[in-house]
Amino acid sequence: MTFDPTVHYPLGSRRPDLVETPSGLALEEVTLESARAGTLVAADVRATSATLRRQAEVARVTGRTQLADNLDRAAELTRVPDEELLEIYTALRPGRSTAGALEAWARRLEGWEAPLTAAFVREAAVAYVERGLVGG
Amino acid sequence: MWSEGSSVAEGSARFASRAARELRRELLVTPLPELGLVAANGPNDPEPELVVEDGVVLRMDGRAAADFDVIDRFLVAHGLDLEIAAEAMALSDLQVARMLVDVDVPRSAAVRLARGLTPAKLARAAGLLDPVELMFALKKLRARRAPANQAHVTNLKESPALLAADAAEAAARGFAELETTVGVARYAPFNAISLLVGSQTGRPGVMTQCAVEERRNLELAVNGLVTYAETLSVYGTEQVFVDGDDTPWSKSFLGAAYASRGVKVRFTSGTGSEALMGHAQGMSMLYLEARCISVVRAAGSQGVQNGSISCVALVLSLPGGTRAILAENVIAAWLDLEVASGNDAIASHSAIRKTAKLMGQFLPGTDFVTSGYSVMPRHDNTFGGGNYDADDLDEWMTIQRDWQVDGGIEPVDEVEVTRVRDRAAHAIQAVFAELGLPEISDAEVHAATIGYDASDMPDRDRAADVDAADEALERRVSGLDVALALDRHGFEDVARAVVGMQRQRVSADYLQTSAVIDEDGYVRSAVNDPNEYAGPGTGYRLEGARWERLQALPHVVDAARLGAGDSAAAPAVTEVGEALAGTDEAEVVIAVGPAFAGAIRETINGLDHGCVLAAVVDGVTDGGAVPRIVRIRRVADVAFIAHDGARLSGSGIALGMQSKGTAVIHRADLQPLDNLELFGMSPLYSLESYRAMGRNAAGYALGNRVGPVPTELDNFARAKLIVRTTLLHARETRSAVKGAAPVELELTAAVETLPL
Repeated sequence: MTFDPTVHYPLGSRRPDLVETPSGLALEEVTLESARAGTLVAADVRATSATLRRQAEVARVTGRTQLADNLDRAAELTRVPDEELLEIYTALRPGRSTAGALEAWARRLEGWEAPLTAAFVREAAVAYVERGLVGG
Repeated sequence: MWSEGSSVAEGSARFASRAARELRRELLVTPLPELGLVAANGPNDPEPELVVEDGVVLRMDGRAAADFDVIDRFLVAHGLDLEIAAEAMALSDLQVARMLVDVDVPRSAAVRLARGLTPAKLARAAGLLDPVELMFALKKLRARRAPANQAHVTNLKESPALLAADAAEAAARGFAELETTVGVARYAPFNAISLLVGSQTGRPGVMTQCAVEERRNLELAVNGLVTYAETLSVYGTEQVFVDGDDTPWSKSFLGAAYASRGVKVRFTSGTGSEALMGHAQGMSMLYLEARCISVVRAAGSQGVQNGSISCVALVLSLPGGTRAILAENVIAAWLDLEVASGNDAIASHSAIRKTAKLMGQFLPGTDFVTSGYSVMPRHDNTFGGGNYDADDLDEWMTIQRDWQVDGGIEPVDEVEVTRVRDRAAHAIQAVFAELGLPEISDAEVHAATIGYDASDMPDRDRAADVDAADEALERRVSGLDVALALDRHGFEDVARAVVGMQRQRVSADYLQTSAVIDEDGYVRSAVNDPNEYAGPGTGYRLEGARWERLQALPHVVDAARLGAGDSAAAPAVTEVGEALAGTDEAEVVIAVGPAFAGAIRETINGLDHGCVLAAVVDGVTDGGAVPRIVRIRRVADVAFIAHDGARLSGSGIALGMQSKGTAVIHRADLQPLDNLELFGMSPLYSLESYRAMGRNAAGYALGNRVGPVPTELDNFARAKLIVRTTLLHARETRSAVKGAAPVELELTAAVETLPL
């Protein structure tokens, strides 16, 4: 059955079959027994890009466009390593980056298949230049 | 002719008394708009304005596109829905405001309209509502159907056992979210683990956060030790935003980053922060907050912690401050955001004033009525919060019961609370042992279970703790590690609950607006449990099992049992036949009510009826008159008891007494509801008082000059005792027999020999 964002929320209760961990473990296998057996490890306990995109669909059908956009960016960011995630955040803080440095991050984001977030960073760069918030 | 006396210059004792009250520690000031010290509708706030040409915003709220600051730019890029804006901005402020309180305009229509309103328009419309209208609007616009509450859990010693015990109690009391922070940043992993273990011991599904710097916070999240964050602050002017070292883009990115790691995110904002930080640009607090909340929504946050938060005392220094704070909550709900509505930082020294403020959120209900109720004594609240704390819990729950309103806190009795605290303290002790962290002693477990606050906790080696906490972060101690440690030490159910929270991070359902998790792991949010209030009979109402639960405070007394109290002992009097009119002119009748020394055996003050009668007899005799005791059986009212007695009395004087101890001295020729002396303060009377009443009655009978028995007054007696009074009077009334003749009473021998 295909996913229907108008009726399949909460996914964890209504469509657990669609949810899995990054390594492909089914949601129903996220249990104490799996942890005991060592088949569930901490690094694998997180939402996948596909799950977050489905959550974005749910937000969008309830009229929450901006939340949906944010969840779509979050879906992209699952592919960005922790350290780089924090570096991009720092780069976006005021006065930290030149327009060129932000453009470089946008390109790297495209490399992580994160076009929405890349566009978001480019949009920030334009605003920062106009408001004197570039630096570095 | 009057000329001013010297007293005027001396000053009034009443003014001095008021000036010494706690309230007067707080400064009230006149508005000073140029510094942003104006609560709402400031003289410099821009007129609502939106000029769009070919899909491009040319002007908004008094600014041309070229002058748009970073906030304006972000709102234009992500916030405003221009298709709706044309329709929405064309409505007058008043038309928009009326929709918020029109019960026939559904929430969804109001929320849709808000997508096209500029911050100035939002502030204008909300600013037109009076306090009751704001409350109604908040009730209607809240995102989730049922309100909930959030707790603060911290302590000055950062004791893990105490954190776990407090978290467990908070969870057992029904808080849906628990927030901790750190005094020393390096404690973060310990505090997060303690909250995780405690919360899941108290009730599975309770979400936790540890408010620390973003990098550390993200690490805790990635390791599965926390499930939500609300540290993302936004501000209403560009300068303050930048001073806070962020922009709308950086904060929005951070929100997405948290979500990508499965963390529920709520932004934070609140009136007053721009004025406090010195760059309000002459605008009112409410207008700037409308900009903040618009940024929050545009940034894609599901919700906001707002309601002035840490600046609440500044906003309350201004006229209309309390109303402005409620208005900002309304704007946030109107923008379809989850609202954790403040009431955490101390709003006032005055319990009256801060609770008056609280009612704005408490009565309508919000997604989280407080953004941090201090479950421990406020002395231990390291947020600087504690507006309401552990000592206030009974008051909070009583007010819920008074108003039939769900403020999100459940009554739990002492045994159950102590049990859950004990279990959580043992659970964290086991986790620390299993993970090789510094030992939690049995003495700590004991003190955490039953102590008052951190001062009761044994001191720990704090240097060893922070070293171990660093090391725990380094080796990435995770939520799963915590679950396995619990499992190995016999806390399998808690282990399963902790794994349940890990599972929530995988399914990510709690990223939707206003999500909370019930104890079966089912997520309820504005998506599947929306507020659809549309007038009486609709929406969330406190009724059924939940109402039963919230009204059952542990110290509530069973009214049926309170009114009973039958005594097995022999009564103090015996009936010796019908009482007839007396002829002895020195006689004083002591007339008692139908239940006196029968169905009821003591006064409301706990005085045995036999002793009371003996004292009155003693007083009458001492006053030189002759006592005679009769029971009036036809009525329970003290005036008629006394008057009936007076008509039986040879002197025409009687002392009438109800079983609860209220007494009247009466004279036969007076109207029944008139009297010579009334003694209505029965809770205050001693046997000596009753002796004095007897003595006075004797004086009236003998025609002496009588000084009334001095009146005592306790204005709180009624509040304390009106329930007992009602129940005692009900028994007296039940004992009355219509038309029954009075009977003569004799004190039993046992009473006559009582030492008085």
